[in-house]
Amino acid sequence: MIAAVIPLALFLFSISLLLSLYRLLRGPDITDRILGLDTLNINAIAVIVLAGIYMDTTMIFEAALLIALMGFVGTIAMTKYLVRGDVIE
Amino acid sequence: MTLLWIPLLTLLGVLVPALTARRGRGFCTLATVTLPAMALLLTLSQVPALLDGELPRVALSWIPSLGLDLAFRMDGLSLMFATLILGIGLLIILYAHFYLSAGEPYGRFYAYLVLFMLSMLGIVMADNLLLLWIFWELTSLSSFLLIGYWSHWTDARKGARMAMTVTGAGGLALLAGFLLLGDMVGSFDLGVVLSSADVILADPRYPVMLVLVLLGAFTKSAQFPFHFWLPHAMAAPTPVSAYLHSATMVKAGIFLMARLHPALGDSELWGWLVTLTGMTTFLYGAWFALLKTDLKAILAFSTVSHLGLVTALLGIGSPMAILAALFHILNHATFKGALFMSAGIIDHETGARELGKLGGLRRAMPITALLTTITAASMAGVPLLNGFLSKEMFFTETLDTALLGGLGWLLPVLATLGGILSVAYSLRLVHGVFFKPAKEVPPKSPHEPPRLMRAPVELLATLCVAVGLFPAALATGILDLATRAVLREPLDFHLAIWHGVNLPLVMSLAALAAGITAYGLHSNIRHFARQFAPIDARLVFEGTIQSLVARTQTLTHRLENGSLQRYMSLLLGTALLLATLGLVELPELAGDKPTQPLDAMLVLGSALMIFAALGTAITHRYRLISLLMLSVVGLVVSLTFARFSAPDLALTQLSVEVVTMILLMLALFFLPQKTPQESSASRIIRDLVLAGTLGMVVASLNYAVLTREIDSIAGFFIANSVPGGGGHNVVNVILVDFRGFDTLGEITVLALAGLAIFKLLNRLRLFMPHSDGEGRVWSPDRYPMILTTVSQALLPLALLVAAFIFLRGHNMPGGGFIAGLVTAVALILVYMARGVEWTQNRLDFPYQPVAIGGVAVATLTGLGSWLFGRPFLTSAFGHFHIPLVGDIELATAMLFDLGVYLAVVGATLMILANLGKLTTPHRPTKEAPAVSRKETPAPPSEEAPLILDTEKSQRPSKEKA
Repeated sequence: MIAAVIPLALFLFSISLLLSLYRLLRGPDITDRILGLDTLNINAIAVIVLAGIYMDTTMIFEAALLIALMGFVGTIAMTKYLVRGDVIE
Repeated sequence: MTLLWIPLLTLLGVLVPALTARRGRGFCTLATVTLPAMALLLTLSQVPALLDGELPRVALSWIPSLGLDLAFRMDGLSLMFATLILGIGLLIILYAHFYLSAGEPYGRFYAYLVLFMLSMLGIVMADNLLLLWIFWELTSLSSFLLIGYWSHWTDARKGARMAMTVTGAGGLALLAGFLLLGDMVGSFDLGVVLSSADVILADPRYPVMLVLVLLGAFTKSAQFPFHFWLPHAMAAPTPVSAYLHSATMVKAGIFLMARLHPALGDSELWGWLVTLTGMTTFLYGAWFALLKTDLKAILAFSTVSHLGLVTALLGIGSPMAILAALFHILNHATFKGALFMSAGIIDHETGARELGKLGGLRRAMPITALLTTITAASMAGVPLLNGFLSKEMFFTETLDTALLGGLGWLLPVLATLGGILSVAYSLRLVHGVFFKPAKEVPPKSPHEPPRLMRAPVELLATLCVAVGLFPAALATGILDLATRAVLREPLDFHLAIWHGVNLPLVMSLAALAAGITAYGLHSNIRHFARQFAPIDARLVFEGTIQSLVARTQTLTHRLENGSLQRYMSLLLGTALLLATLGLVELPELAGDKPTQPLDAMLVLGSALMIFAALGTAITHRYRLISLLMLSVVGLVVSLTFARFSAPDLALTQLSVEVVTMILLMLALFFLPQKTPQESSASRIIRDLVLAGTLGMVVASLNYAVLTREIDSIAGFFIANSVPGGGGHNVVNVILVDFRGFDTLGEITVLALAGLAIFKLLNRLRLFMPHSDGEGRVWSPDRYPMILTTVSQALLPLALLVAAFIFLRGHNMPGGGFIAGLVTAVALILVYMARGVEWTQNRLDFPYQPVAIGGVAVATLTGLGSWLFGRPFLTSAFGHFHIPLVGDIELATAMLFDLGVYLAVVGATLMILANLGKLTTPHRPTKEAPAVSRKETPAPPSEEAPLILDTEKSQRPSKEKA
């Protein structure tokens, strides 16, 4: 069962990565783009965890952890920039 | 070991004047004299050993892999020169005590002088070619300092530069020659080199090597056509001229030729090159000495001439010629040193050095007149003085040599001609200064110098007479030792004043008579010489240097015109060319290894990366959007690393990515939001073609490499990671252990870059736009509530992640570098959420010491292995059992990793936090109220200029008003 579901889920999440990229490219607003990037990050976490299960390794799970942390900080920096221009003030 | 003390005492002597300069001039002079005087005594104490036929020698290994030893010897030649250097040096220090005026920094002068003394001693005592060369260059450097001592005077600076350039270039040629020589013989040891003449002469590279070595010697000893620097070096204070440019430095080249004569001298090439260069210089110098009017210029050209004489003798190379050369070196040092000092006295007491302004000084300074007359007569070769003896030996040798074959009569004729000229210019010097009635009154009223200032001249003049009268008693001993060192066997000779009436005596007398006549016709000669356009060597030299600089600048500007696009295209174009050449050589692209199966995730992932990369390029004019695209590329690259089993790389890439993004956004704030379209269509085509082809070539290369079995060093690391480094994570073990030295270098560079950025940003004030790209005014909510709460909650978690990644690094993916970036990012988050002031109140320490401390920890860990007698950066590890926790493994590599961690945290925060801090001091204390925001029309600020000026930055001034 799981052997069939995991590739399917991976495929779907990969599609959603592409769709997020589409949003990022099209916009139309800068907030849409930032949200697109954030979504892309979250989908990437899912892809990594799924890939880890699929490849039967735990080695790459820390990458998911770091994407979660770094993606958050990145998004905050972007929005801060959007709102105040000065990221660190 | 006594031998080592001779240069060592002199080396210590360099410090003495610097330390005692404040204690008064007399004290300083006395203190300066002490150590060289002790060195002189030590030198003379070697004489008994030398007389016994021993060769005192001391050798310490210095850099054995280069063949460089700290080796000194004291044979007869060294003894003669060392005595000359130290003896005349001491007299010069005494003389300089009176010569320099009270206000001048004499401590510095003495220090330079003793430094020069040391370098000369090193040359004459070195028993290793490379060591000799090091001291050789040191003389160029110290003479540069001495010539340019009056650095406020442009002539001194130019003269110093010229001397440095010419002798320095010669020094490089000499080094090349020495390297060749060492390669022929297989050793740089002087003893070995001197005893392998047959190997050297038979080597096909001998001519090249000889020319290179002679270039070094000729430039140093001011031989034609490299003589031109010497007259210009006369801008130095007179003690320097007397010491460097008559007695010692210019003799270094001659010393070198004498030193290497046993190894190199036995060939036709040597004879021709050295003799002809010497003869040309002899005549050229003498001719110009006759034409010059400045006292020091006359002496300078006469020095050039006499150096040519000695060189010619060394070129002739028969045993008696070597003896004559060495004898003339001694004689020239005595009379020319004395003459320079006399010229200095005249200059000092009258304020003039031009022959036209001087005259009739014999009444005002009778003793100086007597001394100068004696020494000048010695220079002219008047019988009963020492100059006569060696000059007559020179005449004899020119008669005896078979060098020019059928044209053999030419050398004695030229020698006599030179003799005539020397008599004429010596006579002119003495007559013009002391006996001819003065045309004008000199600037100062002339009088005799202080008693002690004249003492060195008196001593040297006495030597001239004494050696001239009793050559056998006074000069035989030292000359016997010196010739034995050069000829490698004792020479049976007898110095005497009277050899009976023979051809050399006739030549001498003819030269005297014709010289006096030539001086009588002097005005005619000068009149004749005036027809030639004068060539100012300095103008020619400066012109050459300037055109060289201009040419290199043109070349530099052509290559480096400031356009980053051009650098990039040149770089990529070259890479493209090389990679293409390599690829074309391959028989086929694909190798033997099968490819991996393609799955949907790979296809979609590559599509994502390709589109994101294209998006980055296409949107590059909208900087923020382009930045977003770029971070997608980074993310997908990390995913690729994770997918292909490189978790360490994935983690590093992720952390670097976000740090880069924050950095770019900090900078974007000060930049225009959009860039105008600047590239022309042809340029876009060029860039597209270049980038596209390069991409295809690199992809093909990758494909070719990945489909082949490659025997790399990776296997070694994998096999030795656990037994050698005690860690299961090969990447981390490579970073902190196998290639720990690389990592140490990298974190040092990182810390330096951080410090440099910190310094650059210090007090930099930038213009801040008051609205974003679309003209919207900034939101008044500086620190949103949700953001501050969440980020504060996240900080301990993020630090925990950092600690986790750091601790597992040695065995699992992770390590100090990633942990450092995570920590830095976590702290940056607080900065973003709470602002600089709030954070700084709580994180009250500067980041520079953190970065520096990190480098220090890593270095000390590396040094620690020395305590255990292991090489730098050897790591140790062991398993320890701790109650409750269980078995853990501790490695020194972890300590090293801690250093990496600290350096990364410090450097990253130094850059980011300081860039963020830039705006803080100028931030208004009050925010614009929400109402006025709508009223203020937003000016178009797409092209917000970057201004480094506070007066024009609108925001603070508006707020204050």
